[in-house]
Amino acid sequence: MVKLLQQYFQRDRGGNSMLGILLFISVMVPVLNLVVPESSVFHVSTYTVTLIGKYLTFALLALAVDLIWGYCGIMSLGHGAFFALGGYAMGMYLMRQIGDRGVYGNPELPDFMVFLNWSELPWYWSGFDMFWFAMLMVIVVPGLLAFVFGWLAFRSRVTGVYLSIITQALTYALMLAFFRNEMGFGGNNGLTDFKDILGYSLQSDFTRASLFAASAIILALAYLLSRYIINSKLGRVVVAIRDAEDRTRFIAYRVEYYKLWLFVVSAILAGMAGALYVPQVGIINPGEFSPLNSIELVIWVAIGGRGTLYGAVAGAVLVNFSKTWFTGILPEGWIFALGALFVVVTIYLPRGLVGIMNRKQAAQT
Amino acid sequence: MASGLILLQGACAKQEPKMNQSSAANQISSGILYASRALLLLLTGLIVAWIFTSTALADEVGFEQAVQQLTTRKFRDKEKAVKQLADIQDKRTLPVLQALLDARLYYRKSDKRVVIVVPIDGQYQLSDPLNGEQLGTAAKRQLKKIGINNKLRKLLKAKLASLSLESPDVEVRLAAVEQMLGHLDEAQADYITRLAEQEQDEDVRDAMGSALALHQLEHGSDEQRLQAISLLSGNLSQVVNNHLQALLEKNEQGEFLETNTTLRKAASRALDLISSRLQINSIIETTFFGLSLGSVLLLAAIGLAITFGVMGVINMAHGELIMLGAYTTYLVQSAMPNYTDLSLIVAVPAAFIVSGLFGIMIERFVIRHLYGRPLETLLATFGVSLILQQLVRTVISAQNVAVSNPSWMSGSWQINAALSLTYNRLFIFIFAMVVFVALLLILKKTALGLQVRAVSQNRPMAQAMGIRSGWVDAMTFGLGSGVAGIAGVALSQLTNVGPNMGQAYIIDSFMVVVFGGVGNLWGTFVGALSLGAANKFIEPWSGAVLAKIIVLVFIIMFIQKYPRGLFPQKGRSAEN
Repeated sequence: MVKLLQQYFQRDRGGNSMLGILLFISVMVPVLNLVVPESSVFHVSTYTVTLIGKYLTFALLALAVDLIWGYCGIMSLGHGAFFALGGYAMGMYLMRQIGDRGVYGNPELPDFMVFLNWSELPWYWSGFDMFWFAMLMVIVVPGLLAFVFGWLAFRSRVTGVYLSIITQALTYALMLAFFRNEMGFGGNNGLTDFKDILGYSLQSDFTRASLFAASAIILALAYLLSRYIINSKLGRVVVAIRDAEDRTRFIAYRVEYYKLWLFVVSAILAGMAGALYVPQVGIINPGEFSPLNSIELVIWVAIGGRGTLYGAVAGAVLVNFSKTWFTGILPEGWIFALGALFVVVTIYLPRGLVGIMNRKQAAQT
Repeated sequence: MASGLILLQGACAKQEPKMNQSSAANQISSGILYASRALLLLLTGLIVAWIFTSTALADEVGFEQAVQQLTTRKFRDKEKAVKQLADIQDKRTLPVLQALLDARLYYRKSDKRVVIVVPIDGQYQLSDPLNGEQLGTAAKRQLKKIGINNKLRKLLKAKLASLSLESPDVEVRLAAVEQMLGHLDEAQADYITRLAEQEQDEDVRDAMGSALALHQLEHGSDEQRLQAISLLSGNLSQVVNNHLQALLEKNEQGEFLETNTTLRKAASRALDLISSRLQINSIIETTFFGLSLGSVLLLAAIGLAITFGVMGVINMAHGELIMLGAYTTYLVQSAMPNYTDLSLIVAVPAAFIVSGLFGIMIERFVIRHLYGRPLETLLATFGVSLILQQLVRTVISAQNVAVSNPSWMSGSWQINAALSLTYNRLFIFIFAMVVFVALLLILKKTALGLQVRAVSQNRPMAQAMGIRSGWVDAMTFGLGSGVAGIAGVALSQLTNVGPNMGQAYIIDSFMVVVFGGVGNLWGTFVGALSLGAANKFIEPWSGAVLAKIIVLVFIIMFIQKYPRGLFPQKGRSAEN
């Protein structure tokens, strides 16, 4: 058993080092933040903790995209939608936790509903005052949407560019819908002004550090899960579908079921990323549904190197870090840089940064 | 006025000799005739002028007095003054009465001189109503407003209307009649009856007829009222509708206020006709708006239909090429500020060239490296779109820019009282059709079109036949991009021009192309117009945003059922 596990880990050096780093920071960053005094050089500010926590949720999202794009060739331009739906489920829970501490002091209704003169909570908000229910919804809502959408799309063999475009249309339609006040999700402003989660104040360093650690650990677990799926027999079939869909179908595999299953798992991972993102950032609004976000996250994966899982994680963290850094020093330059990244990476680095590293290693040996 | 008459007659006289030039014998006699006639004209002119000046002199005093009379505090006296002013045929009356109605007529507290004011920066700019002389500015407390009550307001409106009824401008007359619709008094009715007999313009005469009929309906005998109803049936004016509706009203006991059954029946028939006509109108209007939206979609999508449909290239920067076209319009307009009407016509080829060149550049530097990898093309061109947006933001401005409508595109075509179609939408619809047909001809009838189709069907074979496929790719892409630029020119007339405008169209355009069927221009045509119309027909009962969502969801469902669109390509090239 131990030997099997050893073998299993040996095959994936990049992934192992990433898991090591994740484990390390999930312990060290909270410690450096909470235990080490502020005067010390080694102290990590809460701002940084939240920032890195945010990157990790993006990394989880990128992992979800890599799972279907890198291994199954499904380029979804609508994964931001699953991310945002998970975020909204979490946001609704946090909204209900505000209670009567809102501006209008209504114990039942969130502020924006009072503002819109709504007299009672819409039916789809019920249950969200319970944490377990909200967490269930984080999984069920994106999963269900992915299931319905995927079932229709894969069954009628919508592939390639067409699939990309209709996933983009999906997230666009959802964005328009969530912008409407009548939907009951806060319209333009979204959900914000959160106070606490599970009774702990969202402003406190402890909660922030815990959320960070949770993000790191869930990312690590999601990575292990993805790797397990990829290495399983199902994973082999999925890769076969990516490389030759028709042939796989001809040897009697039900291609659409494999695709659907992977698509749903990926959507759930994206939803979980959204749920971790919202309490750390403190807001969720319809802008998260924008097609731009979804397409941007595809480029994170491309930059990191698709079909490697850890490459996607690295790409997400790297791009978002440079985004923060770039917008700090040269706000207008970032868009140029991002645009150039899209072009350069797709033309010159089809295997991403991981591809460069592997090539170097291959050259050395 | 008198001198105007003389000029007019003089002009007529001057033309006379030309007709008689042919015969030399006639010349002398006609010369004498001409001289005597000129003398006669001069005489009559003088007499007319004298009559006018003398009455004008009398009126001048009356006008001044009446204006001064307005400063009285008694409304009854003001009323008299207004009536007197309206009776004097003077072109200065209209501005005075209008100013009084708009609460812009004041008098100076110091010398009780009546002034028309225009508020500027908290001060009032004064002008003399008698001779139009500018009297400088004054503070508000130095002035006293000439107040009016509701009765006076009503009177003023009616008097202003009757003054404008005799205006030489057809539009002014029409507006005046329409304003008076429904509240004519006996005197006005007689007045309009007289005017209607002399009225040259058919529209004005019809409007006058309606106004008179409405008056008959109120005050005439049952016979006349019945006639009036039959005249008014089918009239789409809101006022007429209200008056007819009033005939069918019931009192609290549920009895009809109008006792004459025949009248009631006639009225309800007339109303039925009106409402069915209104319904037809609103259907026409919705169809028009739908087709207009469809034509916009067609313009936006047709370039994409070429690059995506014919070449199989996903160009996410297509929206930005539209945006560049719109900005070209803006730049052309700024370059020739005095020729707004012309600038739009110049902008069409300019935008085609600008966007086309950008398109060729994108094809040469980016897409060429990615043929056969559509998903990668999608990502790379998306990067290009980000760069182009930021380029415009940096070079021009992050804010929207103002593109003005040329005069021939503003205004609307008033078909009847309830239906008008704006010219800009009408023109853009026609424009879209022209562009579509032109593109169709290019692809079907030119050498380039033949080569494009050959390359898209079988690249190696086309190359073997001596077609430079790389060159054809660049040209095709340039053509599609250029058309996007032209679409930008049209869109600049309908929506805001800003760096982000392209993004609003990219998803819609892809939807249209995919819905219509890739590689088929007619599919794009049918797809764009039907989606536009569907959107506008759903809008009234769902709201604009929901309509859009419904259409999007519909397309998503449709593509799942028919992945190759409305008009799928058939044959071997369809399978990949």
